[in-house]
Amino acid sequence: MSIRLNVVDRNGGEHEVETAPEGSLMETLRELDYGVAAICGGMCSCATCHVYIAPEWLDKLPQQQSDEGDLLAELQFRQDNSRLSCQLQLQPEYDGLRLTLAPEE
Amino acid sequence: MSTHSEDHIYVVGAGHAGGELAFALRQQGYAGPLTIIGEEGHLPYQRPPLSKAFLKGECETPSLYLRQQAAYDKANIGLLLSRRVERLDRAGKKLIFDDGREVTYSKLALATGGRARRMTINDAARAERTRNFHYLRNIDDVLAIRSRFEAGQRLVIVGGGYIGLEVAASAIARDLNVTVLEALPRVLARVTAPQMSAFYEQIHRNAGVDVRTNVEVIGLDFDAEGDAVTAVHCTGGVVIPADAVVVGIGLLPNTELAQAAGLDVDNGIVVNEHAATSDPDIVAAGDCTNHPSVFCGRRIRLESVPNAVEQARVAAAYLAGKPRTYDSVPWFWSDQYDLKLQMTGLSQGYDQFVLRGSMQNKSFAAFYLKEGRLIACDAVNRAQEFMIAKRMVAACKPFDPVALADETVPLKTLAPPLQAAAPPA
Repeated sequence: MSIRLNVVDRNGGEHEVETAPEGSLMETLRELDYGVAAICGGMCSCATCHVYIAPEWLDKLPQQQSDEGDLLAELQFRQDNSRLSCQLQLQPEYDGLRLTLAPEE
Repeated sequence: MSTHSEDHIYVVGAGHAGGELAFALRQQGYAGPLTIIGEEGHLPYQRPPLSKAFLKGECETPSLYLRQQAAYDKANIGLLLSRRVERLDRAGKKLIFDDGREVTYSKLALATGGRARRMTINDAARAERTRNFHYLRNIDDVLAIRSRFEAGQRLVIVGGGYIGLEVAASAIARDLNVTVLEALPRVLARVTAPQMSAFYEQIHRNAGVDVRTNVEVIGLDFDAEGDAVTAVHCTGGVVIPADAVVVGIGLLPNTELAQAAGLDVDNGIVVNEHAATSDPDIVAAGDCTNHPSVFCGRRIRLESVPNAVEQARVAAAYLAGKPRTYDSVPWFWSDQYDLKLQMTGLSQGYDQFVLRGSMQNKSFAAFYLKEGRLIACDAVNRAQEFMIAKRMVAACKPFDPVALADETVPLKTLAPPLQAAAPPA
């Protein structure tokens, strides 16, 4: 089975992305040619997989762990709905998840 | 960018830099033929997990790939894998493979990376033909090492740099008996302060690693058949029995192709601030380059993923006719045990070391100053202060060492402010 994500790229373009509900959100976004750099590969060390989650989805995602919050706190483009996509494991329930790629720092 | 029928950009090297460069070319608008050439049989993959999660068996090969095959198909990026370029003919704009076949390029990117530095002792060549003596650079190396990762096995690691120490931490996690041999008086000697070396030596000793410094390997013992190393001989008459040996003594940049073709080479392929080599039709990116660092005010060669990715993007921009300057501040990370180490800047030449926090509590930031100016920071389990330190180091200015060390002063109050907030999502 697969789920669909609604991804808004950095130029405002909207994309429907079909993916398997496994691995991290970052791994799916990294595949896209407009995707995330994800320099550290998911170690929560670099904050280059920064996304904005649509407000209606924020409460449905697991809470931030401390490292994620620490990195996000110091990003120039941080917003209240910021998350690091490497820290979100895709689930079947995330079908329809809407998100926007944050500008690169 | 216009495309002529004879256009074909080749990227030599399928590592992190090569993979990123190809996709960055597409993002920069180059729509013509584009092919990555790699010696290994793998899609471009991330190397950092090789000494960590992959070595421990916590992930498998496909999860190392930066992108899966479908992404290359979709972006129309060709892959010539398990292929070795033997020669670069700049006059004819040709790449000649070791099987004699050749291709013609319009523009060329060299992302040839580096290879593990080999031991030079007499026994080394013989050891390389055994089944339990390993260097660590690619997936195949680690698959071979991994097959030796059984509890109770005696692992001898030659080299106390980041690779050696990460392998030690991974081996301890798998209950091996681990010895680390470092020729210099301390581990991490080339990259960090004596205080940091002492901290990491203590961490590893507490975890059960036998860390020996000032020890040089002078010979090896082999079993009767000659197909396995059985012991490592060191200076001082010390003999350490071994079920497996891993050597991590540095990296040599792969510059031979460029050098033989007459490109400028000096500890790396010499490139300018746009990642162009001495031939304007050829760029280079990643571990193999000697590049000007705006931040350091001198030429440097870096072995790091952030450098590979960011320089690859600069190289792609140049090839696409939109040159920009590579001006990133170097940064690195290393994960060992429960320690998340993040580093920014280059500490070489520092004259003052300032510790903020507690090494005993495994939570601190170490600042390196030179003539008052902050030039580097190593942060252990302090992700937020690392992010702040990145801005501070990038600012290239003096900071008060007393304030840096004072935990009652939030680091943020010392740092340049974050710039204006983002445009709305």
